[in-house]
Amino acid sequence: MHPILRLVVQRVALGLLLLLTVSAVIFLGIEALPGDTAQAILGQQATPEALANLREKMGLNDPPLTRYFHWLGGVLTGDLGHALTNGADIAQSIGQRLGNTLFLAGCAAVIAVPLAILLGLIAARYAGRWPDKLISGITLTTISLPEFVAAYFVIYLLTQLIPVFQPVAMVFPGMGFWAKLHAVALPVIVLVLVVLAHMMRMTRAAILNVMQSAYIETAELKGLSPMTIIWRHAFPNAIAPVVSVVMLNLAYLVVGVVVVEVVFGYNALGQYLVDHVTKRDLPVVQAVGLIFAAVYIVLNMLADIIGILANPRLRHPK
Amino acid sequence: MNDKHNQLDWMVARARTGRMNRRDFIGRSVALGLSAGLASALFGKAALAQAKQGGTIRAGISGGESTNSLDPALAASPVPINHCSTWGEMLCDVTPDGQIAWRIAEEGSVSPDAMEWTFKIRQGVEFHNGKTVTADDVIATFKRHTDEKAQSGALGIVQGISEMKAEGDKIVLKLSSGNTDLPYLLADYHLAIQPNGGVDNPAEGIGAGPYKVESFEPGVRTVFSKFANYFDPEIGHADSVEILTINDNTARTAALQSGQVHMINRVDPKIAELLKGAPSVVVKQTPGRGHFVFIMHCDKAPFDNNDLRMALKLSIKRQEMVEKILGGLGSMGNDFPINAAYPLFDDSIPQREYDAAAAAEAYKKSGHDGSPIILRSAPGAFPGAVDAANLFAASANAAGIPLQVQVEPDDGYWSNVWNVQPFCASYWGGRPVQDQMYTTAYLSTADWNDTKFKNARFDELLVAARAELDQAKKKAEYSEMAHIVRDEGGLILPMFNDFVDGVREEIGGWVDDPNGELSGGRALSRCWLNA
Repeated sequence: MHPILRLVVQRVALGLLLLLTVSAVIFLGIEALPGDTAQAILGQQATPEALANLREKMGLNDPPLTRYFHWLGGVLTGDLGHALTNGADIAQSIGQRLGNTLFLAGCAAVIAVPLAILLGLIAARYAGRWPDKLISGITLTTISLPEFVAAYFVIYLLTQLIPVFQPVAMVFPGMGFWAKLHAVALPVIVLVLVVLAHMMRMTRAAILNVMQSAYIETAELKGLSPMTIIWRHAFPNAIAPVVSVVMLNLAYLVVGVVVVEVVFGYNALGQYLVDHVTKRDLPVVQAVGLIFAAVYIVLNMLADIIGILANPRLRHPK
Repeated sequence: MNDKHNQLDWMVARARTGRMNRRDFIGRSVALGLSAGLASALFGKAALAQAKQGGTIRAGISGGESTNSLDPALAASPVPINHCSTWGEMLCDVTPDGQIAWRIAEEGSVSPDAMEWTFKIRQGVEFHNGKTVTADDVIATFKRHTDEKAQSGALGIVQGISEMKAEGDKIVLKLSSGNTDLPYLLADYHLAIQPNGGVDNPAEGIGAGPYKVESFEPGVRTVFSKFANYFDPEIGHADSVEILTINDNTARTAALQSGQVHMINRVDPKIAELLKGAPSVVVKQTPGRGHFVFIMHCDKAPFDNNDLRMALKLSIKRQEMVEKILGGLGSMGNDFPINAAYPLFDDSIPQREYDAAAAAEAYKKSGHDGSPIILRSAPGAFPGAVDAANLFAASANAAGIPLQVQVEPDDGYWSNVWNVQPFCASYWGGRPVQDQMYTTAYLSTADWNDTKFKNARFDELLVAARAELDQAKKKAEYSEMAHIVRDEGGLILPMFNDFVDGVREEIGGWVDDPNGELSGGRALSRCWLNA
């Protein structure tokens, strides 16, 4: 078997094992939270009678292990079950919201990743000079702003001062592609601002690191222009660390943007997850948790594989 | 004379755009020399004759979750509550001035002992699925809410009905104890009449209301279209209405200002003043029955001592709370859960004020050992609850009472702190009538008696007042009950909060309604869009 293929198989198997562990940890976590689904749903209206009825109805009286394996059995047969709170079909609810999550993350990534790498290359080219300082200054400022502050700022700027976009970024089935794009413009801007700096700084650092090498000096002596050296000779050897940071940020764009979702009322997975954690709706939290874990695992795996493919020494192990 | 005329024109214009409510309009007209009856008619004409049809009205509402359902039994937060009054129709409604308006029922009558109510069902009212509303549907609806598995928020209401039956186009409800307020209770939004009671699919959202549900994405958006066969032409003017769940204050306000939505609930008190100056937006401030409270368990030390309870009641600065916590958008409370928004309110009960000397004296009399008195609060107990608790502690400490605030997490507050710990912050939404408020939380046997208040005289008065048909007597009984709760109860009620909504200028037909925010949940049905 080709070593790369073997590696992929190994990683996938490990990933599945990890997912199983994650599901158990999520389950334990929810169990450890104070109060159960029945109490969370009834809130201030909880009476002992109502609690007992609701627990009975939702099957909360079964021992935890039974509930966990019941759920696991369902997942393995492709049935995510129904939400305890409103009885909605989980797979269906998640399907639509996952699509929205990926749409938002995709839009942000399509802008942020090339932009960050380009800015990183420019910053590396003019390291220590004003373009570098300007780029670093601006991106570090935007990453330092809490997301909701950045969000409120763009809401003020682009819906009140210059009213070109709408503050509430909900998307619905049946909306055209451009209408959707218009709707998500503000959250996309915020997300780009938030993820830019990390990727840009990593690109810059990785390239500057490679620039110390002897072969770059050779290239310089050969009389190549600085941008050609960076693009043709330095960047390919800096890909591995850049890719891993890009993947981390992509994962963040998928799973970590709940604050942005809430501020813009964007109907994606983050808000859905938080609502259901508040209500201790275990099957939903489990399902969303699994999806988020899977996103992280897959993207990290991709980063590793690309890193290996990009490095001849790793590609052809002795 | 000309001046007067101009003044009147100006008022009519303001009434039309919803900038002046009925009370202000009549008050000013009478000041101009008009009779109250004429003024009232004029207002009705100004406000109603202009009703425009068509368009889409959008409301941005805080308080919706992706866990929501269309089942009216489960409605507990603002978005589902607005759902119920948009697609649903109740037996009757409570009007803004506290009267009963008949809806599915055409009329109601009560037996002299208030034990039996008969309602005549309106003929020719249609459900969204084309079926006609019958007495059987009404009975089936009420029966479903009595089933504990339905988890209905109206269980406490329908539990008091011992026997219900349909007789032709009438329904007869026999009560376990006399109640003259039954129609007020049946106006509850949970009790939207559903075909066959909604037994088959309670969450299908089919009722007899002015708008029918087109699509529903929990925690995101609900789209309604006008129900062509709705029985009341005065209600439901737009072609379609939408509810967007916007829980973030800033986004909701921005959406209103940019015109993405036409009305919002819960304008943050901190920005209400600023929003008043914004173009095209009107801030609607409606005194309601909701209140913020600090509750002591009367059966647990040290709160089992009435002197200590009184010391705490005397050591809270109510006016300061209204100004700082509510931004002035509210009114002072008087340690009983009733205010002028309730029928039969006794306004002669003196307002309790901050009195450090009297508080210190009561504290001394209580013989408390001086150990810290812990008040638990959480940001989610009510908006500003932690700040309010700190203000309370500061003024109590100034009176020599060792009150200490312990901040608890929001998460699990209603299961671990409220109704469990002996002293904590909480809120109540208020009820349409005094009886229901007291029965829900102050009767000795009430499930939600969160002050563990047990007073035999109070219970006796409550049951007597409930079946009392003589309004003067009933008012006297309620007054005595108010005194008992105020002077002996475990309730510290520093403030009643106003409903503060934001509405765009192009919205017409707004009515200030103390029954709830967004015109008692009826803004979407009552209002129209001036294009």
